[in-house]
Amino acid sequence: MSVKNIMIVGVGGQGTLLTSRILGNLAIRGGYDVKLSEVHGMAQRGGSVVTFVRYGQQVAEPIVEEGQADVLIAFERLEALRYLRFVKEDGVIVVNDWRIDPITVVTGAAEYPEGVTETLQKARKTVVVEATRTAIEMGAPKAFNVIVLGAAARYVGFDKEDWLQVIQETVPPKTVEVNRRAFEAGYAMSGGES
Amino acid sequence: MSEKKILLGNEAIARGAYEAGVKVSAAYPGTPSTEISEAIAKYDEVYAEWSPNEKVAAEVAIGASIAGARAMCSMKHVGVNVAADPLFTAAYSGVGGGLVVVAADDPGMYSSQNEQDSRMVARAAMIPVLEPSDSAEAKEFTRIAFDLSEEYDTPVMVRSTTRLSHSQGLVELGERTEREPLPYERNVAKYVMMPVNAIRRHVTVEQRMKRMAEDACTMSVNRAEYRDLSVGFITSGIPYQYVREAMPQASVLKLGLVHPLPRRLIEEFAAKVDRLYLFEELEPVIEEQVRSWGILKAVGKELFTVQGEYSANMLRERVLGQKPFGQAQAVDQAQAAGQTQAADQASAVDQAQAAGQASAADQAQAAGQASAPGQRQAAAPDTALTPAAVPARPPILCPGCPHRSVYSVLSRLKIHAAGDIGCYTLGALPPLNVVDTTICMGSSISTLHGMEKARGKEYIQNWVAVIGDSTFMHTGINSLMNMVYNQSCGTVVILDNSTTGMTGHQDHAATGKTLKGEVVPAIDIAGLCRSLGIEHVYEVSAFDLKGLEEAFRRETKRDAVSVIITKAPCVLLKGVTFPHKCVPIPEKCRKCGACLRPGCPALTKKEDGTIEIDETMCNGCGLCARLCSFDAIETK
Repeated sequence: MSVKNIMIVGVGGQGTLLTSRILGNLAIRGGYDVKLSEVHGMAQRGGSVVTFVRYGQQVAEPIVEEGQADVLIAFERLEALRYLRFVKEDGVIVVNDWRIDPITVVTGAAEYPEGVTETLQKARKTVVVEATRTAIEMGAPKAFNVIVLGAAARYVGFDKEDWLQVIQETVPPKTVEVNRRAFEAGYAMSGGES
Repeated sequence: MSEKKILLGNEAIARGAYEAGVKVSAAYPGTPSTEISEAIAKYDEVYAEWSPNEKVAAEVAIGASIAGARAMCSMKHVGVNVAADPLFTAAYSGVGGGLVVVAADDPGMYSSQNEQDSRMVARAAMIPVLEPSDSAEAKEFTRIAFDLSEEYDTPVMVRSTTRLSHSQGLVELGERTEREPLPYERNVAKYVMMPVNAIRRHVTVEQRMKRMAEDACTMSVNRAEYRDLSVGFITSGIPYQYVREAMPQASVLKLGLVHPLPRRLIEEFAAKVDRLYLFEELEPVIEEQVRSWGILKAVGKELFTVQGEYSANMLRERVLGQKPFGQAQAVDQAQAAGQTQAADQASAVDQAQAAGQASAADQAQAAGQASAPGQRQAAAPDTALTPAAVPARPPILCPGCPHRSVYSVLSRLKIHAAGDIGCYTLGALPPLNVVDTTICMGSSISTLHGMEKARGKEYIQNWVAVIGDSTFMHTGINSLMNMVYNQSCGTVVILDNSTTGMTGHQDHAATGKTLKGEVVPAIDIAGLCRSLGIEHVYEVSAFDLKGLEEAFRRETKRDAVSVIITKAPCVLLKGVTFPHKCVPIPEKCRKCGACLRPGCPALTKKEDGTIEIDETMCNGCGLCARLCSFDAIETK
């Protein structure tokens, strides 16, 4: 198989690191060579963050470059738009239908663009997930990231059982149950698609 | 049977040191090097510490090496400057047990104040440099670095970059080789670097580097991969992976030892390939040497930038002449440029493109490669992929951050701050606009002092220095001694959040816990300041807006040096939670915007002018509620 390129984008603090680790562990479980690239330090503080996961027979560079992402997993709409140009023509975007205003918008220096979802949909196959709202309803607002991951699972590949097993092994023990439920909820959301 | 594990580049460096039998590791946290120490601290066989700064860390490692044990210190590139004094002379004295210095550079400046190339420093210090290109090599090269250190009697630098340090890859784990420390022998000629000895050691250093350069031609870390001979690359580190990605058929001379260079090997490779590229991030360190040997066909920095990170796409565009993907990207990035590069992973290279290479896209358009407006079908993807305005999202202080509370007061009082290195540097950005200067670790206090000496006491009456607790322990204390000694009247604000925040919560001498997790007596910062003879030292809660205002007003007018320590733990620290959430009451809201002024990311202004608080983001610090004069935000 050729190398599969996954990107996880969001706002610092949304849990892109945890999500990428789940994906990395899945790839290892599948017997692949895998490389991940993360962002630490200052950029994590509420800034735009991106994590790359690449796996296949043999992986050279640890980053996904423009025009190469098979799946773009976005925890926030504007961040999906920011990295849209990284998605392959036949790639898929799975985006959390959630808005977080960057400070440039809060201070009035810039405007949050209108119709982000429509722009994404026009350009690439896009799955919109009500993850944050669902997570709040579940009483676990911080688990939205695993809901988005659940919705993306069908496009990334691997069996559902493998996902659940890896999530169990990767997340902190106390949060296994809530993350399991979050994954199932997300997985059900993309049920109609193939 | 060996085990394969996925490790961060930094964890792999720690693993390599562990397997090599390292006994002592010392460091000060700094992105992207921090996780090396955090990983090595988990091995029981290794003594690992957070030192107050990189100079101390280097000296601790040097001492351990002189005592015959294998030792390591690790630091970010700017930390190498702090440690330069001991390192330059350790190159003369050489080692007892193997001594490895890990320097983690930050091309693209994801979390740094400059983009310096540690290979340049190592060349100046005459210290050999190994440069791995993935996690597996990070482990292997670190192990080799200890062997080389002992074989050539020199400290050896392992140079990483952000991309390597913060990428994960598969690593085959090996066993640790336990090593008995060498017996101690007094050797004044080697370890007492006074002129008479140092003059002789300088000769030794020169001989050693020559011998190593010769041996480098046959070292396993340097490898010529001959494929298509029409094009060849000399490269090292992460850029090697970009070459393999973009041009898998090209021949490559992959250098693991980047200082000293294997001249014969390079000459041989250069002679065999038709076109020769030098592909190295940051400074033309290899390139300048190669050219000085008369290999003039080598193409390097005239094609590739000295700024930021490289990529496979850079090779596709600049060497293969392929059309850049999504041409209008330059516009998008140009907007982001100047705000903060750290916000956008892809920024460094793209910004360089936006700044200097936009012409490539223009030319392509002129040549008719890009779709003309009439060709709607073909044009659609490009325009759709490059939306006109994606607002930049620079990093900001977290919701609930005590620094925001302190800055909200300084901002209201229109007090300028000489700033320092840490999360609180972000106070320079709108809407807070408090921090006016940031140079390096510890500089806030001394730069304020310099301002006063240049312009007089009145000039700094609306100024303070702001510095974090960890940064104060790093080098701020020296500057404060200077203020006392040279009779400053400046006001120093120590933002004490009980941790080293930006690097991800490391302990320091004033937190009462070591890297190994031992509980130890914490240095009392207030007591330390008083011990210097400073009479006016005050501790105020970072969320006590009234107390802060009084202290700032009073102390900035005072005709003597004073210290205000603002206290509240980092909101991301484990166990730090506010007991409530902030909830707006729209009926009471007068739409004055007072709550929005400090720029908490959990707050947004709704269409009707009232506010909304994102409950998934709010940490419940209550700053917005305190700022509201109409009780329109409750904490419940």
